Amino acid sequence: MRYIPHTEDDIRQMLTRIGVDTVDALFSEVPSDLRLNRDLDLPEALAETELLRNFKALAAVNATAQTHLSFLGGGAYNHFIPAVVDQLISRSEFYTAYTPYQPEISQGTLQAIFEYQTLICQLTGMEVSNASMYDGASATAEAVLMAVRSTRRKQILIADSLHPEYRETIATYCRHLQIDLVALSFAQNGQVDSDELSAHLGQQTAAVVVGYPNFFGVVEDLAKLSTLAHDHGALLVSAVAEPISLGLLKSPGELGADIVVGEGQSFGMPVSFGGPGVGFFAAKQKAVRSMPGRLIGATTDIHGKTGYVLTLATREQHIRREKATSNICSNQGMCALMAAIYLSLLGKKGIREVAEQNLAKAAYARAAITAIPGFCLPFSAPVFNEFVVETTKPLDSLFIRLERLNILGGIPLTRYYPGMENRFLVCVTEQHRREEIDVLVTALKGGGA
Amino acid sequence: MNRIGTSGLQLNEKLIFEHSDSGRCGYSLPKLDVPAVSLPEQMIRTEVAGFPEVSEIDVVRHYTRLSTWNYGVDSGFYPLGSCTMKYNPKVNEAAARIAGLADCHPYTPGHLSQGALELMFHLQTALAEISGFAAVTLQPAAGAHGELAGMLMVRAWHEAKGSRRSKVLIPDTAHGTNPATAALCGYDVVPIESGGSGVLTAETVAQFMNDDVAALMVTNPNTLGLFESDIKKICEIVHAGGGLVYCDGANLNALMGIARPGDMGIDVMHFNLHKTFSTPHGGGGPGSGPVGVAKKLIPYLPKPVVVQNKTEYKLDFDRPESIGRLRSFYGNFGIMVRAWAYILSMGSDGLKFASQMAVLNANYIRARLAAVYHLPHQHRSLHEVVFSDANLPNDCHTLDLAKRLIDYGYHPPTIYFPLVVKGAIMIEPTETESKEILDEFCDAMLAIAKEAAENPDLLHAAPTLTRVGRLDETAAARQPCLSWLPEGL
Amino acid sequence: MEFPEDFLYTEEHEWVLVEDDIVTVGITDFAQDALGDIVFVELPEVGYQVEAGKTFGVVESVKAVSDIYSPVTGEVLEVNDELPDTPELVNTSPYEGAWMLKIKLDDPAELDLLMDADAYQSFVEEEE
Repeated sequence: MRYIPHTEDDIRQMLTRIGVDTVDALFSEVPSDLRLNRDLDLPEALAETELLRNFKALAAVNATAQTHLSFLGGGAYNHFIPAVVDQLISRSEFYTAYTPYQPEISQGTLQAIFEYQTLICQLTGMEVSNASMYDGASATAEAVLMAVRSTRRKQILIADSLHPEYRETIATYCRHLQIDLVALSFAQNGQVDSDELSAHLGQQTAAVVVGYPNFFGVVEDLAKLSTLAHDHGALLVSAVAEPISLGLLKSPGELGADIVVGEGQSFGMPVSFGGPGVGFFAAKQKAVRSMPGRLIGATTDIHGKTGYVLTLATREQHIRREKATSNICSNQGMCALMAAIYLSLLGKKGIREVAEQNLAKAAYARAAITAIPGFCLPFSAPVFNEFVVETTKPLDSLFIRLERLNILGGIPLTRYYPGMENRFLVCVTEQHRREEIDVLVTALKGGGA
Repeated sequence: MNRIGTSGLQLNEKLIFEHSDSGRCGYSLPKLDVPAVSLPEQMIRTEVAGFPEVSEIDVVRHYTRLSTWNYGVDSGFYPLGSCTMKYNPKVNEAAARIAGLADCHPYTPGHLSQGALELMFHLQTALAEISGFAAVTLQPAAGAHGELAGMLMVRAWHEAKGSRRSKVLIPDTAHGTNPATAALCGYDVVPIESGGSGVLTAETVAQFMNDDVAALMVTNPNTLGLFESDIKKICEIVHAGGGLVYCDGANLNALMGIARPGDMGIDVMHFNLHKTFSTPHGGGGPGSGPVGVAKKLIPYLPKPVVVQNKTEYKLDFDRPESIGRLRSFYGNFGIMVRAWAYILSMGSDGLKFASQMAVLNANYIRARLAAVYHLPHQHRSLHEVVFSDANLPNDCHTLDLAKRLIDYGYHPPTIYFPLVVKGAIMIEPTETESKEILDEFCDAMLAIAKEAAENPDLLHAAPTLTRVGRLDETAAARQPCLSWLPEGL
Repeated sequence: MEFPEDFLYTEEHEWVLVEDDIVTVGITDFAQDALGDIVFVELPEVGYQVEAGKTFGVVESVKAVSDIYSPVTGEVLEVNDELPDTPELVNTSPYEGAWMLKIKLDDPAELDLLMDADAYQSFVEEEE
């Protein structure tokens, strides 16, 4: 076994030193009636070539953006990833290290995550960012718990237009904590219904949680929502599933959000069947001690040299145990590093340009699709790179036809929104060339087969 | 020649923001091939203030230099107890990067993502076989996330029976995540003392068990590296009292092919793919924390569940009793790919051999150091061994030992955990280290003990060979500086 | 280690200085020494009702959190505003600069349950 270096001679010498005769004797504390007296029923060990052949065979039956023309989004996005990202994260000093418990030999991870925290603050318009969380959905759930903690209120108003899987995750996290979750419907234009929001806001409202852009790709009017929330002493939590949008849109912080969370997969990570990505979490300075997750801070060493450490750890489970701000004890270190590298490469100009390309390509697709008889856009509010399409044609047969043309045309919405049997969500990014969008449009028209 | 640390050329590196110069860029995009459009003025920001403007080589050098300030498993021995820092096989990385796996979108229709689903199904089946559980969910993103899933299932099981129990028993040796998780599930925590032997006795559990106790959370082998030999009886007591037993599977690396938690009577356990199954720790993540459950908890598994339907694999969302979902999509798939590659590389014999050698290595270190370092518990160790600093003279403590080990070129063990051992030094070598490496490490440990007696300043001043010396954590916490601000702000 | 004579003490290592029906509360020299460098102090606001034996705030060092228990029941009249910004006062001046609350005492009989300096000193020696 190439991962285990012991020779028979090593084993003999080590057993002698320990003072036992057999390896089995080392397990004397495991009672015999608990021993497994057979081999594990697992496939036989494979050599490296066999292993890769096996995995390539599995990979070959999956549809991807290489095999298909894909317009899938909905919280996982196909963006260009510069070659630099994978080259740098393959430095094994990064990926074979663990949590930087020993700062003197972890300054690489610590400084990189400090930079990540800074980039997230700049992008979201917030003052503090943690070192990252599992994903956008769980970060949103953690934001809800933080809002409850810091306002000492128990009601959360959640937009129906927030990513459905984020809503489900919030419900799971809150189930046993006596938190009252109230759904907010969306108006005709696809934004949160602000009249309904006003009607629900009250003395017990801890936070209002909305997507930005929301699941329909629609950009919410955060300024209006935050004013309404703040008038009632409630916080505004803004969840960003597609953060490329923040290269162009006003930051949630500037518009009054109190906690900004989201999914950072768009920043240099492959979609990877849904994970790993990286949940980002940012808030106001005054709330820092109520934040979940790790934080990296700057300090100096005994010689006065700048260095970075894990800090404000007393919020966390290993110290505060059942009173901790969260049970989380890791971050998505490698993914946060990917985000930092990606954002550094793009920089101020690139994040803007990539956002503008997403906007423009989605606008082109929208215009072309609405020109097809039998297709329309049900929501009129501005969108970023995703939009909902409604059709008079039966979706099932439409999608079967698209698949035959090697097109993944979007996400049918009926699973998440009963009543939307004839609607689907289309995502267009900088990766789509104009000809490819035209192919989709032709296919929707019924041609191209 | 031993391989202790020396001071080599160390390169300074400022923050990426400090490299910025207006007009530089590190990306390229194709020319826009559709008409440009804009959004209403009030929706648009002028710029992302503070974002760096750097060229590609700036970024490459910057992060390459940062990487050299890190210590990973690939740098050297990393005996961080409870974290199972075993070698991360490179073919796993190659497998996870195969385009058909890395680039498969989570909303790809089931019939077009059979490869991904099949891989998940095989992995969950293999984990169930290794652990002895009836079913496994791969959804949780890390161990603590798995704990949350597990304890939510415990609660759902009780509630389905109309039971309103409010307490969870947790031994004082537990990871801090255990009480934090119990609290998140709305439970009150009742700490129980493990007692002098370091092993939980059936009598102790019986004393605490009553009809308000929903569950006992144990770690087996426990955080002292000891097997809870009463575990079967303990499970029987908890079950007889109407409760369930949760097991923190952090230490499964001691037991693969030897014994199975599911066979011991445990009802639910999380795995750490980044510990036992060799996926990289990534400087803090991403991990993956699958959860195995006994048959009675299957209805409560997080949804969706990957199922096999004749020859087709599919995601089953129709799970009315499910605790719901804990995150978006189906889990950290990229990590699952690596873990499955590991299991396939090892096979049944290989996994058992890994556990055997992990236990051999820990016991070898114990045998070599026990004459000098204080060993608070006498039971046979499994995959890790916990010493204390009680024998270190001249005001030398665990922290000083840890820092001095850095100068010798090692990552220190886990320190000051578990809390029940004052000044704990928790060493987990894992199976991927050779006798030669262990001998060098033990020689260093013994040399440091000698230094503590003869020249304690060497310990107090350590580390001296690193890029930075001991850092002022007090100042960091008193005046938190958590992000970079441009000069003058 | 100092144990000023004119103070009363609790088993949770708070000190109490009584002036008529107003008591000043802080944590003892022993407590600050055991906790190490204090990095954060959280206190309630003026007007808050504290209850004897219940927590009213926390002190934190880098790697530990400790609840502060109120020695008496009553209303908070004054809070030391300097502490949040200069938590190190708890280390440098536990009995003066780092006073935490002034409380309007509801029931003077509660004071009878507290220790004097000698009793506290022996209590601490036993704990060590």
